[in-house]
Amino acid sequence: MNRTAATPHKVLCRRSDLVDDSGVVALHDGHQIAIFYLPRGIDRRGEPAVFGIDHHDPFSNANVIGRGIIGDKGGEPVVASPIYKQHFRLRDGICLEDDSVRLKVWLLRLEGDQVVLER
Amino acid sequence: MSNQDATFNHDQPSIDTNRKQLVIIGNGMVGHYCIEQLIERGATAQWQIHVFGDERHRAYDRVHLSEYFSGKDADALALGEPDLHRTHGVALHLGVAVTAIDRDSKEVVTAEGRLAYDSLVIATGSYPFVPPIPGPDTATHPQARLVYRTLDDLDAIRQQAAGARRGVVIGGGLLGLEAANALQSLGLEAHVVEFAPRLMPVQLDEQGGAALRERIEALGVGVHTGCATEEIVATPNDAYAYRMNVKGGEPLDTDLIVFSAGIRPQDKPGRDCGLETGERGGIVIDDSCRTSDPEIFAIGECALWQNRIFGLVAPGYTMARTVAGCLTGEEAHFNGADMSTKLKLLGVDVGSIGDAHGATEGAKSYRYIDEAGSGYRRLVVSADGKKVLGAVLVGDNSYYDTLLQYAQNGIALPDDPASLILPQNEGGAPALGADALPDSATICSCHNVTKGAVCSAVDAGCADLAALTIDTKASTGCGGCSALLKQVFEHELEARGVAVDRSLCEHFAYTRQELYAMVRVEGIQSFGELLEKHGQGLGCDICKPTIGSILATCWNQPIMDAQNVALQDTNDTFMANMQKNGTYSVMPRVAGGEITPDKLVALGEVAKKYDLYTKITGGQRIDLFGAELHELPDIWEALINAGFETGHAYGKSVRTVKSCVGNSWCRYGVQDSVAMALELEHRYKGLRTPHKIKMGVSGCTRECAEAQSKDIGVIATEAGWNLYVCGNGGMRPRHAELFATDIDSDRLVRYIDRFLMFYVRTADKLQRTSVWRESLEGGLDFLKAVIIDDSLGLGEELERQMQHVVDTYECEWANALGDPEKLKRFRTFVNDKCGDPDIVNVSERGQPRPARADEIQSLAVEIR
Repeated sequence: MNRTAATPHKVLCRRSDLVDDSGVVALHDGHQIAIFYLPRGIDRRGEPAVFGIDHHDPFSNANVIGRGIIGDKGGEPVVASPIYKQHFRLRDGICLEDDSVRLKVWLLRLEGDQVVLER
Repeated sequence: MSNQDATFNHDQPSIDTNRKQLVIIGNGMVGHYCIEQLIERGATAQWQIHVFGDERHRAYDRVHLSEYFSGKDADALALGEPDLHRTHGVALHLGVAVTAIDRDSKEVVTAEGRLAYDSLVIATGSYPFVPPIPGPDTATHPQARLVYRTLDDLDAIRQQAAGARRGVVIGGGLLGLEAANALQSLGLEAHVVEFAPRLMPVQLDEQGGAALRERIEALGVGVHTGCATEEIVATPNDAYAYRMNVKGGEPLDTDLIVFSAGIRPQDKPGRDCGLETGERGGIVIDDSCRTSDPEIFAIGECALWQNRIFGLVAPGYTMARTVAGCLTGEEAHFNGADMSTKLKLLGVDVGSIGDAHGATEGAKSYRYIDEAGSGYRRLVVSADGKKVLGAVLVGDNSYYDTLLQYAQNGIALPDDPASLILPQNEGGAPALGADALPDSATICSCHNVTKGAVCSAVDAGCADLAALTIDTKASTGCGGCSALLKQVFEHELEARGVAVDRSLCEHFAYTRQELYAMVRVEGIQSFGELLEKHGQGLGCDICKPTIGSILATCWNQPIMDAQNVALQDTNDTFMANMQKNGTYSVMPRVAGGEITPDKLVALGEVAKKYDLYTKITGGQRIDLFGAELHELPDIWEALINAGFETGHAYGKSVRTVKSCVGNSWCRYGVQDSVAMALELEHRYKGLRTPHKIKMGVSGCTRECAEAQSKDIGVIATEAGWNLYVCGNGGMRPRHAELFATDIDSDRLVRYIDRFLMFYVRTADKLQRTSVWRESLEGGLDFLKAVIIDDSLGLGEELERQMQHVVDTYECEWANALGDPEKLKRFRTFVNDKCGDPDIVNVSERGQPRPARADEIQSLAVEIR
């Protein structure tokens, strides 16, 4: 792979830090990023998938999203906030109960044993 | 055409000579509703409609006016779509008063000119009556004669309330109490002065008024009944701006006065043009809502029908529907209106149905008076005792819907009519089964939707509740009928053989009970296996914890094992209880509430070391708040070293067994309640259940452990133990029921084993034993037959399943601390050892608590 200096990548953690079908949290440049790991992909049959999303829950104003239960709504992977139970789509951060609320998403990639932040 | 083209043409649809002209005077709730009804009936094809409103606002919801002071602005109170008029070509003239009606030329006159009409609707409503009480001049003392009816009135009240401390409302009716609520919302000490001897004299009887008074006084509103204000005196040098001299009471000092002493019909436009009016006001109308001039209609509070003014919005809506019908060629009549009403005044439920005062000849009443809780219910029945004539409710409106159905539909009373208003041990207020309602029964009175209309919608293929509300509009008004609507809808679906979906969620088309059986029978060990065999998708936050709980009950594997960890909600995952700021509370087991001094000291030392907020709980334990995720293992290591084990406060599981001190110390005790509590707590600790389980053991009949409010209650007798089941405290208290008497300890444990396992097997997700018990067909007798008489032959199996859980118990925290892989989970960040920098505490009463948003802001300023 030909990587140039113009696209700085950041290793957030190792794959072994992740928890299957659940979340952990990494600190990056002052941002708290919840990282969710679906080892069998979003349909339980595919390649491993990893999602990064804001750890901050705008409804409770606490940093808790990474400790929510993940699942799907109509096939779309979501996380449920552990405080007031709103659902956020892992792909784009949009809140299903209030689409005016959207969490920031972070594009992550698995590279060997590493979890890499693309942007 | 004269000058009206020039006057009315700009920005408005031009006058169309092919259509007739309809002018509506008044853009309040009823006038607006009339337009909606006309539009719905397609009236704009034949009529060019002009609406004049003298207020500058769009039509708004006057019923919820007090919400203007609790966060809602004029836009939030506005009725209907903003584009409604434009879309349908209705000319809306806001801030334009109609000054005269010229019946000879059939024109209305405004400051802007004249406009011809073919038909005219007067919907001018009413104005507040301000009694002529001597006092300072209104021009210089506006704050002494405020009124409460329009948004402008409320703006005036808000303006005058600035700097004021106390406000008095003259008039203790519905609107007066709303006004008092508004004053309280503005931060004023509110008082209500009512001439009649009770509050809401029209709707309530004496006891009802008294109960309402007690509740409202408890909210901090001063109530002065039987008082007539004789004089208002300006007292500029005193603490308050005015003194009210009151006949029948002490003088009352205040900073502002709001009059809400009744309404008067705004009949001036009709009176001035010679329409027939009543002696005490109101434009006389017939059953078609026509005035004495057949081209002119009057609706709402300005109209007088059979010598009555209707001061509620629902009858006004009925009149509006009548007029809309008449103007579009329908046969429509106004036949009077039901004045029954259900309200929340200052948060207090008040209901009044039909003949609330029992004025009908021969009427008899049943009354339920709760002096302790300031509750009151009265049921008025006909002389023959067969029909409901009316009712009064104060404090609990859950009885209202059923009583209204009885009253409106003439349904025959049950054998014991009092049961309709008596407190119910089970299932809340009595409900009339959906099949008992006739087709004519009104389900939604806001939109006049009958049960028949719901049935037609179902017949036409409407298969879900959302579609039904769109089709029929039912429950889209005040929403008070939504529970009844759902019940009728589901009943009708079932009657047509349509299965009502009781799936756990979109991933499993089974109930919890069915899934439990699958796991047991097929020996399924993991969520993945169950999902593969019987489900679809990834699962969700509903099915994962439910199935996690089932797996735990059946196989009792540690919840931190890899295959289980993703199923748990955050409390079970981290074996602690998440609090509002994302930190956790820690609660070790203190079985039976018995704790040694050494353990108390150890708890204190841990709390001190980690700066945890410490509180004694209702379950006789000590809760330590404010631990961050990465601190939990260290805290638990210290606790386990001091002899503690996990308390399962985080789980849907057996929590605590509360006990009194028992016969070791207490001179009244007849058994050792602490020893029994310890035995039970240690036997059932860790059992995962559909919802939490609390127990209590009392050493004598004085019941100091409050066992009868628990899921399992045990009370000592001279001969052994009495067992109570299915009690509940909390949100919906329920007394436990006596299940078995004078049994020995072995039998007690056997019954509890069977009871708990039968509950686990048959309950719905998150269903407490109290609710489960209410839903059990066959009730307590059935439960006794299963548990005591073993009627299903399950006894041995249930006991064996329980014994498996007991034998495989292990402290989850001790298990986790012994496994480095599991401990990895307890990191606030996987790539940094620090804690969450956003967690900020302040000190209060010598302990930490999470800083509020405003405190965080001011802290940030200090740091800067």
